[in-house]
Amino acid sequence: MPERRPIVEGWFTTPTDDTPPALIGTRCTGSGTYFFPPERVASRAPGFHDSALEEVELSRTGRLWSYTDAQYQPPEPYVPVTDPHEPFCIAAVELTEERIVVMGQVVAGVGVDDLRIGMEMELVVDTLDTTTGDDGEVVEHLVWKWRPVDQGGAS
Amino acid sequence: MTVEPVAVLGVGMHPWGKWGRNFVEYGVAAARDALADAGVDWRDVGFVAGADTVRNGYPGYVAGATFAQALGWTGVPVTSAYGACASGAMALEAARQRILSGMCDVALVVGADTTPKGFLKPNAGERTDDPDWLRFRLLGATNPTYFALYARRRVDLYGATPEDFALVKVKNSRHGALNPYARFTKEVGVDDVLASPLVASPLRLLDICATSDGGAAVVLSSMDYARRHAGGDEPVKVAAISTVTPTFPNTVIEMPNFATDSAAGLPVPERTFKQAIGDAAYAQAGLGPDDVDVAEVYDLSTALELDWYEDLGFCPPGEAEGMVRDGVTTLGGALPVNPSGGLACFGEAVPAQALAQVCELTWQLRGTAGDRQVERPRVGITANQGLFGHGSSVIVTR
Repeated sequence: MPERRPIVEGWFTTPTDDTPPALIGTRCTGSGTYFFPPERVASRAPGFHDSALEEVELSRTGRLWSYTDAQYQPPEPYVPVTDPHEPFCIAAVELTEERIVVMGQVVAGVGVDDLRIGMEMELVVDTLDTTTGDDGEVVEHLVWKWRPVDQGGAS
Repeated sequence: MTVEPVAVLGVGMHPWGKWGRNFVEYGVAAARDALADAGVDWRDVGFVAGADTVRNGYPGYVAGATFAQALGWTGVPVTSAYGACASGAMALEAARQRILSGMCDVALVVGADTTPKGFLKPNAGERTDDPDWLRFRLLGATNPTYFALYARRRVDLYGATPEDFALVKVKNSRHGALNPYARFTKEVGVDDVLASPLVASPLRLLDICATSDGGAAVVLSSMDYARRHAGGDEPVKVAAISTVTPTFPNTVIEMPNFATDSAAGLPVPERTFKQAIGDAAYAQAGLGPDDVDVAEVYDLSTALELDWYEDLGFCPPGEAEGMVRDGVTTLGGALPVNPSGGLACFGEAVPAQALAQVCELTWQLRGTAGDRQVERPRVGITANQGLFGHGSSVIVTR
């Protein structure tokens, strides 16, 4: 079994129980604005540099802002998952509470014809790719992805 | 607040293509043409501003000095500017400030690039703190991914069709066929665009601009110098250069980020970043959209050209498709856009592109654009937007 590892540390949860995963952001306590990826240095809200940042789990659902697909294999550092390349969708979803638009790949099996702006999407954590290091170590990388709520069902 | 104008004394370009030679060669050729056009000897240039390329090693990062050395060191002060697609406008702004502060009479601005084949990709290495690296690694999000997200909104919100997008390419290809500096000079039809392969739905290969080699240069001077130097003819003037950044919270997704700012907490600005780029230029020039006779806008994709019509105030949101369908923005229409052929016919040579837009408008305002001449324009505007919060707009007047 390859080791399963988030592609980036500290950007999303990977629960081992039934808890649904979530993106991790930070909230500027002075202005009430949110940051994803989590801003950990100082608030980027103008005039609130001295406000504390608190780590928060972000909304797991949102509305589809726009979407497209990758008909051609993206260049490095993208790691191909199939040979030949199979198109995958990319969605930009506006999170319900935080009103941040976050891009992510859409889970396999969903095409652009299954998507429409405004539809409800939910966050999942899924396999991004599997790589083999120089030392032979096989790692399955995890990343956040989007899935239509009416397609996958609420989890 | 309006700003005092400076004169465009000369412009020059090296033809766009996929020549595969050193970018310095293109920049020097463009600079020599611009100096000849201005009637200025290189040794009389009081300031050089280079627009950097980040794909050609160290000489590209110090473009101002690279071009100055290639033209022959004269002790001239230099600067080099990088602002992604707005690099040329940032270099132009440095030259304008030097002139308006009285520190020099004549300044030379040069940008040139040699680009690799295929998708533009990030610099090599495992750079986990660089959003430009992360978007490829985590999402496989190329530049066309972003162009397509914007295009899809036009489709789903305004009812734009693939045919509408294709009409932009058809128009620009007709314009570019008349331009000796353009790389793609074959006219294409709607069917050609619709038959080209999908790259990022809803955009097809012919909806998306290529990457190119090319070079462009502009010689600026004070208005006094231009009047003394040129005699009778009133020169074309730079009335505005806008290089504003976004205002927080920026709620439109932009390259290379994969998230926007949050609209919770602080009020969202009334104008989007792209709208603000044009607004700042109009304010500097004391002009508005109704004054514009010709425009050169950044058609990284066909759909993005339509976005610019709205962001520059040529029409209300959702009505840009109507402008291209009705032929308003074609040569002979009421407001020709991209008479040069635009990126559709040039392909993008990043640091040269904002200057190439100024070259084209200068020829148009002088009335020397040949077969692609717009009828007696007096005001022209450029617009572009690039990565990392960069964008620019330049207004030239006669």
